[in-house]
Amino acid sequence: MDYVIEMLDIRKEFPGIVANDNITLQLKKGEIHALLGENGAGKSTLMNVLFGLYQPEKGEIKVRGEKVNITSPNVANELGIGMVHQHFMLVDTFTVTENIVLGLEPKKGLNIDMKKAESEVQEISDRYGLKVDPNAKIADISVGMQQRVEILKTLYRGAEILIFDEPTAVLTPQEIKELIQIFRTLIAEGKSIILITHKLKEIIEVCDRVTVIRKGVGIDTLDVEGTTPTQLASLMVGRDVTFKTDKTEASPTHNVLEISQLNVKDSRGVNAVKNLDLSVRAGEIVGIAGVDGNGQSELIEAITGLRKVSSGVIKLNDQNLSSYKTRKITEAGVGHIPQDRHKHGLVLDFPIGDNMVLQTYYHKPYSKYSMLNNKEINKQAKKLIKEFDVRTPSETTPARALSGGNQQKAIIGREVDRDPDLLIAAQPTRGLDVGAIEFIHKRLIEQRDNGKAVLLVSFELEEIINVSDRIAVIYDGNIIEIVDPKTTTEQELGLLMAGSKNKAGETENV
Amino acid sequence: MFNQFSRWQKIMIPVISVVLGLLVGAIVMLVSGYNPIEGYAALLSGSLGEGFYIGETIRQITPYIFAGLAVAFAFRTGLFNIGVEGQLLVGWVASVWVGLAFDLPKIIHLPMAILAGALAGALWAFVPGLLKAKLRVHEVIVTIMMNYIALHLCNYLVRYVISDGQNTTDRVPESASLKSPFFETLTEFSTMHYGIFLALAAAIIYFVVLEKTTTGFELRSVGFNQHASEYAGMNVNRNIILSMVISGAFAGLGGAMEGLGTFGYGFIHGAFSGVGFDGIAVALLGGNVALGVILAAALFGILKQGALIMPLESGVPTELVEIVIAIIIFFVASSYIIAYLLQRLKKGAK
Ligand SMILES: Nc1ncnc2c1ncn2[C@@H]1O[C@H](COP(=O)(O)OP(=O)(O)OP(=O)(O)O)[C@@H](O)[C@H]1O
Ligand SMILES: [Mg+2]
Repeated sequence: MDYVIEMLDIRKEFPGIVANDNITLQLKKGEIHALLGENGAGKSTLMNVLFGLYQPEKGEIKVRGEKVNITSPNVANELGIGMVHQHFMLVDTFTVTENIVLGLEPKKGLNIDMKKAESEVQEISDRYGLKVDPNAKIADISVGMQQRVEILKTLYRGAEILIFDEPTAVLTPQEIKELIQIFRTLIAEGKSIILITHKLKEIIEVCDRVTVIRKGVGIDTLDVEGTTPTQLASLMVGRDVTFKTDKTEASPTHNVLEISQLNVKDSRGVNAVKNLDLSVRAGEIVGIAGVDGNGQSELIEAITGLRKVSSGVIKLNDQNLSSYKTRKITEAGVGHIPQDRHKHGLVLDFPIGDNMVLQTYYHKPYSKYSMLNNKEINKQAKKLIKEFDVRTPSETTPARALSGGNQQKAIIGREVDRDPDLLIAAQPTRGLDVGAIEFIHKRLIEQRDNGKAVLLVSFELEEIINVSDRIAVIYDGNIIEIVDPKTTTEQELGLLMAGSKNKAGETENV
Repeated sequence: MFNQFSRWQKIMIPVISVVLGLLVGAIVMLVSGYNPIEGYAALLSGSLGEGFYIGETIRQITPYIFAGLAVAFAFRTGLFNIGVEGQLLVGWVASVWVGLAFDLPKIIHLPMAILAGALAGALWAFVPGLLKAKLRVHEVIVTIMMNYIALHLCNYLVRYVISDGQNTTDRVPESASLKSPFFETLTEFSTMHYGIFLALAAAIIYFVVLEKTTTGFELRSVGFNQHASEYAGMNVNRNIILSMVISGAFAGLGGAMEGLGTFGYGFIHGAFSGVGFDGIAVALLGGNVALGVILAAALFGILKQGALIMPLESGVPTELVEIVIAIIIFFVASSYIIAYLLQRLKKGAK
């Protein structure tokens, strides 16, 4: 058989944990090969080994049949292996072209030949249908575009084998469709792809084969054709997983959050939230559905005090929050699972335990007379680690060393445990495996059943429909419609999100 | 991958660097026709060989500890305080000024003079802190400029305000002096004074504030990730200012040790003393932790003190010690660069 990559019996240890325990992965030329496993199963680690970021303790890697020693990403590049990381490595203030040629600049005498670089980038972009503007600044383009720049970067370096680590976690449904198209073009051009994703449907849609790993151990490699999401899920988790979230009818009571005529400006000073009204009652989950960039982030930042309110009122239990600082808002009873866990959610260089008390460290019992009580902090951390199944060697491990999904579980644990009257969950299950998603949804519903208000923002329509009791559709900074998740469909939501104010099927003059 | 840099390695990097620095120093001596064993023996006996030298070395270590703590504190909270030199100078002059201006019982006068040094240093660092917090002006630039302002302002004060047209001020009275007749006799009349105990106490305070208090938790958090700190409800700007102020207070205290202890007066500085800049090296070598700073300061004190005697006893010129120090710092810095690069790579990989 023609394998382009063979990773044989790879073992990789970290202090206190075996991340990869004799895993074998073989990639055929021209295939899209999925790598599936729970959070912390060791997927990113395995790919980092292949990309030369980690050295395995044991095992062999063959590229095109030849045994190789990948000691650094440079070696990987030379072997034609490129990786698109989940968190991009781009210089914000540089242009697309500058980012792509960084380190390999074509020279004209002593100067960088930017013209040549630009035309090369343009050429590759056209060939693979990436539609990237070589002159745009990274800071000005969308996350989806930034990802394409990362893809271009690997192609510019001559990659034949592309590794994608959870590429779709940060994308909107539309961008995911486009990415899948790009995958197909890449394959048609003779490339091979390894894809890490938690979305089983994506695997079934685009992949040829899938390798499943569980807790660092390789479980099986199988052909995707003929498998079902349920089958894959149970292989990966080791038990049956239900996809539909069970919940009883909501019994909402009084308004907890009441927003009226809210206006918020974005970072460029343009109105992003425009005269928005919204309320969330105790005992219900309100889902906000919308295409990215329609004011969701600004709305959340305004509620949580991270962004100034231009005008309008944000009331929490009849207390006006609109001029409060973040700390006061937190203490008033707002919890926030932030969209960007590395930027806002965690201090990556702190132990995971310290991160669990990031908003409460100054309260008893975590501190007394301004002196920290590490025993109590670690006790709390241990409790949350257990309750939320955060897989980490210990509570003193730096947050940076946890797998993406486990970092997310730690944040969710911290916020849910504070038991806030209003819990704002922005993309709470981004990057989580199916088992963890099920668990998180249960916890959100539990909060609701305990009489708390939950505001859920998600780009996943399925999640919004499954979990919410009411869905507010946001478009251009405004809530244009409230729909009932029991009667709506993804199609209807899609139309509304695109800004068509009238529900599908209804007439103009309703 | 910084966490793969185990505790053991974090300790070994500076130790190995010191060994390498000394080795290269030995080679330099050999090449230039000196006997390295004699050279180092002279260095050691000139810093630790006699009571007098020990006293002088300890006196030398004192300001290094303060300067090292000042740089390290800012660094641990995400800031570069290059202005330790200036903060130290204003602390020096302020403490001497208070020492001369009042006539009080020692139990009030000495603490007051020391406190004046700390306050002056804190105030000097407050300015770059404020500019950073409010206007995002980079603290490196401002602290460097503040060094020059400090130098000239202090010289002016010494000449025209605290003395009348002299190059030095009067000596501070006994009631504001850190001089210790006891230690002076014990060390064959060196200039050793009580400052070393304050320096060790400062190191303990450094450790407790940074690692054990909620303030330290906030300061470190802001140093690592401002966005997450803001999300968690911390006041980022206040913490930036506070970090600079505490760092400056350590530096100012170092100046007070010179003003009230080592010299007992203020004088016109033609140029920077260099202690503040050495503080950067001390902090780096000490890995920005309290104990590390003490050990690194001790090494610097020994080298600098021994360097004064070395030419007399072995003929090796004083400058050799500068070479050794430079090489130690080079190795420490480059291993940190390596660690930093690895960490960066990892950051991207996660
Ligand atoms: N640098 C590191 N130091 C210590 N432990 C690490 C390090 N990197 C990963 N680990 C541990 O190795 C295990 C596997 O992590 P990895 O990131 O490969 O998981 P993953 O399968 O990619 O999970 P996710 O789906 O959550 O991203 C985890 O338990 C993690 O805590
Ligand atoms: Mg991962």
